[in-house]
Amino acid sequence: MDLGLTPEQIKSRKRFSDFVDEYIAPVADQNDRDEETPVELIKKLGEQGFLGAFIPEEYGGKGMDMVTAGLLCEEIGRGSASLLSLLTINGMVSQAILKWGTRAQKEHWLPGLATAEKVAAFGVTEPDIGSDAKSVETTAELSGNSYILNGRKKWISYGQVADLFLILAQCDGKPTTFLIERDTPGFSTTPITGLLGFRSAMLAEVQIEGCRVPEENLVGRPGFGFSHVTNVALDHGRYCVGWGCLGLAEACLQASLSYTSERKQFGTNLRGHQLIQEMIADMITNIKATRLLCYHAAYLKETGDPGMIMETSIMKYFASRMVNKIANDAVQIHGAHGCGSEYSVQRYLRDAKIMEIIEGSNQMQQIIIAKSGYMNFRLEKRKK
Amino acid sequence: MTNDEIKERIKAFICQFIQNVDIPDDEDLFASGLVNSLFAMQLVLHIEKEFQLKVANDDLDYENFKSINAITDFIGQKDLNSETK
Ligand SMILES: Cc1cc2nc3c(=O)[nH]c(=O)nc-3n(C[C@H](O)[C@H](O)[C@H](O)COP(=O)(O)OP(=O)(O)OC[C@H]3O[C@@H](n4cnc5c(N)ncnc54)[C@H](O)[C@@H]3O)c2cc1C
Repeated sequence: MDLGLTPEQIKSRKRFSDFVDEYIAPVADQNDRDEETPVELIKKLGEQGFLGAFIPEEYGGKGMDMVTAGLLCEEIGRGSASLLSLLTINGMVSQAILKWGTRAQKEHWLPGLATAEKVAAFGVTEPDIGSDAKSVETTAELSGNSYILNGRKKWISYGQVADLFLILAQCDGKPTTFLIERDTPGFSTTPITGLLGFRSAMLAEVQIEGCRVPEENLVGRPGFGFSHVTNVALDHGRYCVGWGCLGLAEACLQASLSYTSERKQFGTNLRGHQLIQEMIADMITNIKATRLLCYHAAYLKETGDPGMIMETSIMKYFASRMVNKIANDAVQIHGAHGCGSEYSVQRYLRDAKIMEIIEGSNQMQQIIIAKSGYMNFRLEKRKK
Repeated sequence: MTNDEIKERIKAFICQFIQNVDIPDDEDLFASGLVNSLFAMQLVLHIEKEFQLKVANDDLDYENFKSINAITDFIGQKDLNSETK
């Protein structure tokens, strides 16, 4: 068993890390305050091919292996959780197209998404429907050779700037997914501001009023929009978020190591106090444990193992809980400085909280993880 | 691969997910609420890995996945198509 990175992967990680240190980390706090991601930054991610990390080369992407793409999510997550969500959401939409789109849809959309020529958003959640996603109330009605969509979506990351939206709607009572372009008549977005975390992820509420969507923009088939299309996207989202939590946790650890080496109280550096050491030790240990879960999920994804869905859920669940404990401790270690605007740890804590809510809240993960535990238990008993 | 072999492998996979081991081959898995929403994608991944097939857009038909018999026929048919190509 080899859990080490290949020389290629180490090189890629260094490239990602240098990029984050140069272009993302230095502006992340300001973007957070401005509640905005500058367009130039999105374009830069596109130029680097980062938004095409999971898109195969034949569609203009980088076709990275699962570990390398995971390392990219980790590094971006270390710099800015908001920006990570751009990578996540674009990946979710492109994976849904890649898996269930027609050849024409893949050829039409993926090259643009891979290079940030087009930005995608993922529209499932509504004002009245969250966790029970298959029950969305947005409707789609067939009319000639198009569909007419009506409804509202809420909390849509990068909804303020996205060009293309993957929308889950009910078509004759069957969950169905559609691609809607921003310039479709009847389509509009309203910014959501004042969020706890992911403040620069440019969330929006989306109004869909009698939008006529050509039949060619249906992704998958009516009735498969939740079970197959949305679930592919969510599985991908959890994968990116799990790795991103690892990066965010690493940022908390680095900030804490640095601060405790400089700040003195009671005549000694904070690092000399054992209660501080306990928090540092727990950070290091939990980060290592998360990393192993990430590698395991990467391996299963790389090999197309059906177990990847559960393992990715477990990894996202563990990673998001872990990063909340770590970000909380990082603020504790920084004391009042941790609550102020000079240090990034307060942003880390706010962003960490979001990780427990998105891509299926942690309660949703707990339910499916526990269920699969009982399933395995039953299976073992049958074998005996 | 014969249809019986395909069916055995599919049954072994599905049995992991359901309480009742003796589920009839023509029972509707989804309508009877035997499986949860994650199962649909797990089944797709299993078919792809175990039988070295690609399940894509054109295959998204409820009739292909609804029961053990339906899945077996679907895989048999796909297998045949890929052999004759
Ligand atoms: C920053 C941010 C970005 C987001 N980006 C997007 C996006 O791009 N696209 C998109 O579609 N959505 C997005 N969302 C929405 C997100 O997916 C939902 O918030 C999430 O699915 C939970 O839904 P909800 O908020 O409506 O909570 P609800 O479903 O109303 O749940 C409220 C609470 O009850 C718990 N709960 C619900 N049902 C159960 C149950 N059966 N058992 C136990 N507990 C339960 C939940 O875990 C949660 O803690 C975003 C949210 C945030 C905060």
